[in-house]
Amino acid sequence: MCLAIPAKIIEVLPGTEQAAVVEVAGVRRKIGVGLIEEEQPKSGDWVLIHVGFALSKISEEQAQEQMEMLTLLGESHAALEEVRGYGLGEAEAAGVSLKSKDAPDRNR
Amino acid sequence: MGNIPTKIYFRDPQIEMAHGAGGKASRRLIEGLFAPLLFDPPSGFLGDAAQVNVNGTRIAITTDSFVVTPLAFPGGSIGELAVNGTVNDLAVSGARAEAIVATYVLEAGLPTDVLEAEVRAMASAAQRARVAVAGGDTKVVEHGKADRIYITTTGIGRLIPEVVISPQSVRPGDKVLLSGPIGDHGVTILLARGDLDLEADLCSDTRSVFPLVESLARAAAPGIRWMRDPTRGGVATSLNELARDCGLGVLLFEEKIPVRDAVRGACELLGLDPLHIANEGQFLAVVAAEHAEAAWDAVRHAPGGESSAIIGEIRKTPARAVLAVTRYGGTRIVDMLVGDPLPRIC
Amino acid sequence: MKFIDEFREPELIMRTGAEIRRLADPSRHYRIMEVCGGHTFAIYRFGLKDLLPSNIELVHGPGCPVCVLPMGRIDDGLSIGERPGVIFTAFGDMMRVPGTHGSPLEYKARGLDIRIVYSPADALKLAQANPDKHVMFFAIGFETTAPSTALTLLRARACSVKNFSVFCNHVTIIPAIRAILDSPDMRIDAFIGPGHVSTVIGCRPYEWIARNEHKPIVVSGFEPLDVLQSVVLLLRQLKEGRSEVENQYKRVVPWEGNRAALGAMSEVFQLRPYFEWRGLGFISQSALRIREAFAEWDTEQRFSLPGVRVTDPKAAQCGEVLKGVLKPAQCKLFGRECTPEQPVGALMVSSEGSCAAYYNYEHRKAALVSPGV
Repeated sequence: MCLAIPAKIIEVLPGTEQAAVVEVAGVRRKIGVGLIEEEQPKSGDWVLIHVGFALSKISEEQAQEQMEMLTLLGESHAALEEVRGYGLGEAEAAGVSLKSKDAPDRNR
Repeated sequence: MGNIPTKIYFRDPQIEMAHGAGGKASRRLIEGLFAPLLFDPPSGFLGDAAQVNVNGTRIAITTDSFVVTPLAFPGGSIGELAVNGTVNDLAVSGARAEAIVATYVLEAGLPTDVLEAEVRAMASAAQRARVAVAGGDTKVVEHGKADRIYITTTGIGRLIPEVVISPQSVRPGDKVLLSGPIGDHGVTILLARGDLDLEADLCSDTRSVFPLVESLARAAAPGIRWMRDPTRGGVATSLNELARDCGLGVLLFEEKIPVRDAVRGACELLGLDPLHIANEGQFLAVVAAEHAEAAWDAVRHAPGGESSAIIGEIRKTPARAVLAVTRYGGTRIVDMLVGDPLPRIC
Repeated sequence: MKFIDEFREPELIMRTGAEIRRLADPSRHYRIMEVCGGHTFAIYRFGLKDLLPSNIELVHGPGCPVCVLPMGRIDDGLSIGERPGVIFTAFGDMMRVPGTHGSPLEYKARGLDIRIVYSPADALKLAQANPDKHVMFFAIGFETTAPSTALTLLRARACSVKNFSVFCNHVTIIPAIRAILDSPDMRIDAFIGPGHVSTVIGCRPYEWIARNEHKPIVVSGFEPLDVLQSVVLLLRQLKEGRSEVENQYKRVVPWEGNRAALGAMSEVFQLRPYFEWRGLGFISQSALRIREAFAEWDTEQRFSLPGVRVTDPKAAQCGEVLKGVLKPAQCKLFGRECTPEQPVGALMVSSEGSCAAYYNYEHRKAALVSPGV
């Protein structure tokens, strides 16, 4: 149930078929975008595809945030301790937002 | 020999597709039925080519059949595969192909221009591989009894004297060398069949690997322990066969394995592992550690060997298995498949 | 490959592994279940277990739609494939699954017209290209896949395609998780939630797990960094005594789910009162069937199926392995009578089934000396 791959839309096809051409590492396929019509897919968007249909757009911003969070992990424990001394919670110090303030469509 | 009928160990009641796919089932058929009845001794090492002694001269001989749909695909066609496949089997047995003979089984109704195209392809591949097509045979069967064209080629070759291939000579610490990127052929064929509707800039890697083997032999002949061309079943199958034949383990460095972006992309999309995909223009070699640097140097400076890489090494454990390790220390066993790799969605 | 390579970055993976080892309480033994077969596959493929300390045990859950399909349903599908003029289409995952008299691939070798498709849309196209044949699509999958089948049926109706039908075997994930939690032998501390199912259903459907069952659940992506980060988030919850639903896979999963996908599903499908899950038995309201309005494209309404129930041999302990009570190697048949080559039970037939994944990627590692040595 789970093999879904990030792909870039290189062309949204005209007509009623709700289709687009996507590319993954140089491999191209026509896929259905009927499930993400409301997100108004356009050329250049990255989408998650599964069995020939786009399930969701991929948020670059969220991906970026995640990478930042992960990069901060394992910063020396001492640094965290130091920051804790300033009265900030460990979570905030590490930049992890558990109750996220992020874009409304990605969280509660 | 003698009056007692030889036993076979193959228990399946009938032949299934998996028995021809080059993986575990194929091995069971060959080891369990063909070997005991035909080979003497039956448990000898089953390499890519056999060696026979003719009046004191050792020559290598091999045979292979080619069944492919579609007949022609980006980068080649069945005619080329038929030549290069046999030339390569000889090459990885340490022999220069001298001559091949070809048998064509043709399906009635096959258009002549299709046949002509394949014979032309065979001629030009033979010329490129510098091997003579010494003769052949043709049979025509009724429509429906063969899938357009089946070609079988048998090749003989002269062994390079300094090269002695034997899985028994493989030692822990030996390195595994791969001639170039994997997966090109198998993925090209899959895409060429059209049912998956994927488009990519890919073509089959079919070619004679003999020139690269020759470069390797010139630089490191005494260090070559084993070679194989990873055709059907891919690198995973060839290395598993090695592991079983020598009783040692093969450790693969995931990130070192060369794979083209488009092959990677298609494999990610379809849920396939490049290690299981057929190649028609690559070879693997196990080289003694002290010769490995020179070996790799020679191959990657030879035309067509630019992407070659040392992808692994021989270890004592896991015995008779292949283990892949990532840069971050994650490990997984890489096994032979039962049949052909299939796309998945789960 | 963008959005893939970044999440496989070795340095970050090692750091996240270090954070996990730092967070894990050495006096505790953690049992974390990954629900989805795709996560099982990812864990084995990327060797993620090697990065976890020995007191974190990953337990494989029942989220493998191929594994939980009863053999009788495969027989039903193949019985349609045997009718003259029928093209049987299915995902590659189905091809090796054995029915009583063989798998689709074996039927194909015997001459039936059986084809692998990557998308249900391809099956519909095949029907449009072959008006003299009937194309049947064997639909499987959880909520990740069902919306695509729904869109395809909507299109079949819109284009008035007369020679196409879907054999619907879609199942839903929440009842499977409930079955795990209801099991008396259950000893799971936390869940790694199915990331791609959640792109459709969102994160709300898991709230009862956190609120009523007091188990943390993190909806996770499938790359190594996703899974490891999810373990970090779960460990933090467990350490702090929290039980919440968290969305680790924010770049793709919307909290509220995909409205269009849910809409298409409810237009085309309705819940079956009950459905048999191989290894788990009958579960109510756990599977989808095609609505009356689309009867013309419903294989079950267009054709009569044998509908014979086939039970697994008693010796196969698939149910216990599916619920995480037993490990694959603890089943008496594992590696002996039951191997990927000759699967006896459900979990060996699919490459993401726990037993097959364990067999293919892991079990010979037992006598292993660490690669670094």
